[in-house]
Amino acid sequence: MGEEVKLFGSYASPFSSRVELALKLKGVSFENIKEDLANKSALLVQYNPVHKKIPVLLHGGRPVIESLIILEYIDETWDGNHAILPKDPFERALACFWVKFIDDKVLRALWMSCRSEGEMQKNFMEQSKEYLELLENELKGNKFFGGDAIGIVDISANFIALWAIVLQEVAGISLINEEKYPILCNWIEEFLSSEVVKESLPEKEKLFAYFHAKKEVIFANKAPAY
Amino acid sequence: MAEEVKLIGLSMSMFVIRVKIALNLKGVKYENLEETFGSKSEVLLKSNPIYKKIPVLIHNGKTICESMIIVQYVDDVWSGAGPSIVPSDPFDAAMARFWSYYIDDKWFPAYGEVMKGQTREAKIEAAKEAIAKLQPLEEVFQKQSKGKDFFGGDTIGYLDIALGCYLGWIKAAEKLTGLEFFDKSETPLLAAWAECFYSNDAVKCIMPDVDEFVEFAIKIQAKLNA
Repeated sequence: MGEEVKLFGSYASPFSSRVELALKLKGVSFENIKEDLANKSALLVQYNPVHKKIPVLLHGGRPVIESLIILEYIDETWDGNHAILPKDPFERALACFWVKFIDDKVLRALWMSCRSEGEMQKNFMEQSKEYLELLENELKGNKFFGGDAIGIVDISANFIALWAIVLQEVAGISLINEEKYPILCNWIEEFLSSEVVKESLPEKEKLFAYFHAKKEVIFANKAPAY
Repeated sequence: MAEEVKLIGLSMSMFVIRVKIALNLKGVKYENLEETFGSKSEVLLKSNPIYKKIPVLIHNGKTICESMIIVQYVDDVWSGAGPSIVPSDPFDAAMARFWSYYIDDKWFPAYGEVMKGQTREAKIEAAKEAIAKLQPLEEVFQKQSKGKDFFGGDTIGYLDIALGCYLGWIKAAEKLTGLEFFDKSETPLLAAWAECFYSNDAVKCIMPDVDEFVEFAIKIQAKLNA
């Protein structure tokens, strides 16, 4: 397909990072536009009038929004190589289930564990531990959630591999550790060692500095907003 | 292979209704395992241990959870039967998924306030909000339907199911507030669509009567206020 591909994202966002990774896995050339979220461009607002959020994928002038929807779109449009979703209907349904679970439950629990205090933090941490255990078991000793290759569940779990690690450091807590979740930590290592993944992630030190500096502002928000 | 299809659900649940419509469109025979409102069966807890929620589809022993994931699964497995549910064009599929998210994440909570409203006045105020949130779908319908009866074109599709499953509940809200959710002058296309959808063969055989929804709404409200 010769049509122009543009990605509106932001440096620190795990959501736009997901889309970058998917495009790179597929070998799709695209223009990578990093938005300043304090100062959203007129183009972004034009293409995502409902939510005014990144990421937005522009393909041949048509916008696709919501990171998980974009991932499915990318897989269906560039279906020649590196399948992101399983072809088998049941495996596909399972993958979609885990992706939804990660986005609906895991991300929020991890985020809230890092930004809350006292009793609230204790509850979110308990919740997080429960969810991490489920993910640990779901890996079934495989390198990736997708089996031998990175798939949609791995891409969606990018938050766990980098952002959660940085945030727990900033917050001074230890949720994701090798003692409790050896298979998950191994997944993190495998995921982060992929060249394509490295190219689509922000640098850990820069991310740490970013969250550390904006600790009060960011942690005041109830949900990650990049 | 003899197909064994079971559906764990509640006839009043809009999410279960989604799955029933999809199965009907494909002409799939299934065993309906009706849960009792207010309690969860062992089968349900075993087959959906993470969310413990209906609907759950059990197909030849394999369990699939989350209503729109099940709808996609039904479309994939029985792809040769009945109409295609998920649009074949990736962009149209992305649009259908985006607006399906919007309906569940943004519209449904607004609708929920109608049911929670303790007085008729409170219900009316909440209904006005919910009606306003349906407005964007008029334009979506115009674009997606291409002049035909449904979002999916000639036949019921993904977005029709995502929104249409709520029609019984919407009619109940209309009875309780005296307001019209699909005003023939404000949203004429949606008004016509609602009638088409509600009277479709795949829908009317499984959609409970409006009075049943009203009665159920009163039951839920009593439970919420207890």
